[in-house]
Amino acid sequence: MKHLLGFVLAVALAAPVMAWAEEVVVYSSRKEHLIKPLFERFTAQTGIEVRYLTDKAGPLIQRLAAEGRRTPADLLITVDAGNLWQAAQKGVLAKTESPLLNANVPPELRDPQGRWYGLSKRARTTVYSTERVQPSEITSYEALAEPQWRGRLCLRTSKKVYNQSLVATLIARHGQDKAEQVVRGWVDNLAVAPFSNDTKTMQGILAGQCDIGVVNTYYFGRLQKKDPGLKLALAWPNQGGSGVHINVSGAGITRHAKHPEAAKKLLEWLSSADAQGDFAGLNMEYPVNPQVEPSDLVQAWGDFQGDTLNVSEAGRLQADAIRLMDRAGYR
Amino acid sequence: MTSSTLNTQLPAARPRDGVGWRWASRALAVMVLIPLAVIAGSWLVFDPQVWAHLGATLLPELIVNTLLLVFGVGIGSTLLGVSLAWLTSLCDFPGRRLLDWGLMLPFALPAYVLAFVFLGVFDFSGPVQGALREWLDLGPRWSIEIRNALGVIVVMTLVLYPYVYMLARVSFLGQGRATYEAARSLGRGPWSAFFHVSLPMARPGIIAGLSLALMEALADFGAVSVFNFDTFTTAIYKAWFGFFDLHSAAQLASILLTLVLVALVVERRFRDRARYAGQGRGSAQPRLPLSGGRALAASAYAWTVFFLAFALPVWQLLAWAWETREFLDRRYWDLLAHTFSLGSMSALLTVAGAFVLAFANRYYGDRFTRIGVRVGTLGYALPGSVLAVGVMLSLTWVDNRLADGLERLLGYDPGLFFAGTLFALLMAYFARFLAVAYGPVDSALECIRPSLREAARSLGAGHSEIVRKIYVPMLRPGLLTAGLLVLVDVMKEMPATLLLRPFGWDTLAVRIYELTSEGEWERAALPAVALVAVGLLPVILLVRKAAR
Repeated sequence: MKHLLGFVLAVALAAPVMAWAEEVVVYSSRKEHLIKPLFERFTAQTGIEVRYLTDKAGPLIQRLAAEGRRTPADLLITVDAGNLWQAAQKGVLAKTESPLLNANVPPELRDPQGRWYGLSKRARTTVYSTERVQPSEITSYEALAEPQWRGRLCLRTSKKVYNQSLVATLIARHGQDKAEQVVRGWVDNLAVAPFSNDTKTMQGILAGQCDIGVVNTYYFGRLQKKDPGLKLALAWPNQGGSGVHINVSGAGITRHAKHPEAAKKLLEWLSSADAQGDFAGLNMEYPVNPQVEPSDLVQAWGDFQGDTLNVSEAGRLQADAIRLMDRAGYR
Repeated sequence: MTSSTLNTQLPAARPRDGVGWRWASRALAVMVLIPLAVIAGSWLVFDPQVWAHLGATLLPELIVNTLLLVFGVGIGSTLLGVSLAWLTSLCDFPGRRLLDWGLMLPFALPAYVLAFVFLGVFDFSGPVQGALREWLDLGPRWSIEIRNALGVIVVMTLVLYPYVYMLARVSFLGQGRATYEAARSLGRGPWSAFFHVSLPMARPGIIAGLSLALMEALADFGAVSVFNFDTFTTAIYKAWFGFFDLHSAAQLASILLTLVLVALVVERRFRDRARYAGQGRGSAQPRLPLSGGRALAASAYAWTVFFLAFALPVWQLLAWAWETREFLDRRYWDLLAHTFSLGSMSALLTVAGAFVLAFANRYYGDRFTRIGVRVGTLGYALPGSVLAVGVMLSLTWVDNRLADGLERLLGYDPGLFFAGTLFALLMAYFARFLAVAYGPVDSALECIRPSLREAARSLGAGHSEIVRKIYVPMLRPGLLTAGLLVLVDVMKEMPATLLLRPFGWDTLAVRIYELTSEGEWERAALPAVALVAVGLLPVILLVRKAAR
């Protein structure tokens, strides 16, 4: 009994001391194989250990909220501005002041209040069959609702947050009524029921089920890597207008971080020229840091004008977008 | 009816008997009750927004789809499970020895994996329809749509029939051929003997397996999302991940739970009229040999199911795994070790818990114990993420209160105790899979004649001696089946593992999630194959032990 008591006491006393060791604890919904190589480099350069846990954004945010001021997590990494916006909304992220982050991350790719910062850009654009579509036929997301695409369009499910963000920006730009008209037009033009993922969408186009679809570029990149002769190509819509739909993966320091300084160091480093190439490159995304060029494969898809609407709008209007798509029968 | 089925009288329990059993069973039920209560507590806050929206748009379709799924999977897995169990446990035909355990294997495949492989092979862009278009010159747009209710039902049936198969098999093996032959010798035809004697006697097992299959179908999110098929569960996820409204999600989930509870109670009412105690293991009689066309038909049927539910998807997985073999690294040993140790730890805990619960309920059941059992076996009907968040919320609440107290006492913040520990994860597994273990244990218990216990007692055997020397050995097939089901289910489990695992405790299912959530299905084949392989070990073990 005495021994046990002594042990418990020793552990209890040692616990706060152990917390002083240099480390950062990360909750991430960005996948392990996309972040682990970077964490290893960070540790090698700074000596700060990184411990991490991956899960979906929803459960992680809930866990942060439930753990409250005793959470072990210092940094939340997640994909999609909608999720980042929700995390900020739930009050689990702290405002971070950093001139370095402000320099590295363009204003439209971060929270206006500084609670999270985008770390990689994802372009959601059109993909078409090079056998059945002329690139000049493709003008805008809105035009995909026109009758010329009747029975030729393939889309991914509206349950995916990427599509919710895309529709949210349509709402931000055109208002509910016009946006709903566009989405209804898409639904009318669908060749088949929406697919569960972007890769399936492209396979549908390849197999001749439809002629055009909307996907994130890195999914296209993966198919292209496997088969360079792919009879598919990307086209950039809304050029000269609102621009290609842009989303981010990003991160924010938690409100009750135990190692806020180390977390800030990690966040700043992830946005730096040193890390950005890998952070985006491992998943064929676009760096947020304007000093860093995308990888060669990604550059080969060509330059485009991206949407400059602040990505947090996608979060603010996400629920509206879901309701709109449900009303329009987009499943 | 044979005389052995008519054991309607329970021995009168003396009031002081079983106090320990009763309290133990209540304590176990509380472990499950806490997260469920957290979910039910969501009704304290009511925000009509999400409800109004669902009511106006999706609800009718969701209800129709969910009913279709439940009826389709119910009928499908009963037909497949019972017929195959009958054929392999009481008849003999070419391939029977292999199929006997081979037909359990599909259980090692997660439903979403089969769903994905099925779409890959049979959808418009897959090889089958492509070949049909080419050979039969059907035109470039000809297609058969399989992403619909029927497709989902077929896939789910193929994954879930093993529950019915395994439990019906235990019952049929327990009856042996003797019971069937007795009915035949009394003038029943083969079908009549099957439907009036063998089937009713196996009913507890079949129902137990069927309720597991249906609860899993109701709670499934992975397979239905691969098909983009909207059910009640997808609405729960939409409320949570789309609207970030956990309250509405939990409310939807508690409605689902209530419906399952009602169904279970109704089933119980019907079943309680009769008791089915068998002869014990009727192993003396040889199997019924099938010959000629019948043998051929039985063989073809069983092999087809095996091919579609196991051989084909595993073949596809192996092909993908081979393409991505470069990603196989030493970390897989860790993943395997974590997966297996979590599975076996919770199999032991859960089966022990189920035994206590079933035993207490059957012999010392008072009202509270019965309610405890009802509650204790509900966790399986909840979508995994929802149950996991219930466990997480309740444990962090306790944690924070505990830490608040200690902080006042000690002067500094001691941090969280349970959150992020193995305890939290094992508690979630326990709450989720208690029903899975309870079914086989209870239906095996049902087949033991109460008179045996009385006889042992009259011969002077003590309580623990009776349990140890009579029940545990006689229940072994049931306990083993329960353990196997929990072990494999835990190893496949994803949402609770993701949310509650301690740092570094990644499992194969976690790895699969990481790859599939970004659409890298081919790369996910590697951990999936590994998962199937670890799942096979216990199946083979079970077969060795249970085989005669």
